[in-house]
Amino acid sequence: MERIPILRMGRLLLVTIQVDMHDRLAMTLQDDLSTRIVTDRATGVLIDISALDIVDSFIGRMISNTAAMAKILDARTVVVGMQPAVAITLVELGLTLEGVSTALNVERGIKLLEWGGA
Amino acid sequence: MQQILPLHSDEDVVRLRKQVRDSMVAMGFGLIEQTKIITAASELARNTLRYGGGGAARIARVSDGARQGLELRFVDAGPGIDDIALALTDGYTSGGGLGLGLGGAKRLADAFHIDTAPGAGTTVTIAKWKLF
Repeated sequence: MERIPILRMGRLLLVTIQVDMHDRLAMTLQDDLSTRIVTDRATGVLIDISALDIVDSFIGRMISNTAAMAKILDARTVVVGMQPAVAITLVELGLTLEGVSTALNVERGIKLLEWGGA
Repeated sequence: MQQILPLHSDEDVVRLRKQVRDSMVAMGFGLIEQTKIITAASELARNTLRYGGGGAARIARVSDGARQGLELRFVDAGPGIDDIALALTDGYTSGGGLGLGLGGAKRLADAFHIDTAPGAGTTVTIAKWKLF
């Protein structure tokens, strides 16, 4: 089955979404991430969406759900690399990505997770 | 110029998004307009699949004399929508989604029309106009 790879960097998990996501793939990623947070004892999750052309309400819900599950499992989630056109569209769509921290890029996302805040 | 694409699987939704992008690029729409309409198309295609039991999408170039536009029509033969006003309310969902699909698509497009009745399927049409 098609899967999005999850990389481990110390206590952080990094996901770079580089394919046009369909719904099943988004659900699989959500499940895989929650499992890996526990098995890898991760304290932070970075989701890089810089290669995503669009974020619709389903992908948005997947990101929000992942962040909520991660929080319960004592890990924080940062979404990085959102394209400006995607941000504009999300606002008009009415999606708020509640409980999700964002950073401009992976580097700033790592800083956010390592130094707290968010 | 028009194209008709089937909507029966997740992969069909991905194909539709790509086709909508190609059409918008060919018509010279900007990146933000492309992103808005592809997102709206994604929401409506998912509705067709989830709530309508599958169907088809038509992508067409349209003109009203003064302007040119891209029109997307989503057709299913599903159970139809009982209360359109309720279905357009943000946060209302009958299927476990976020309830942003219809209302969100309406906000992202320049034109929005829904034609539905209980038992008679649903047709949703959106359009984006290009100013010259």
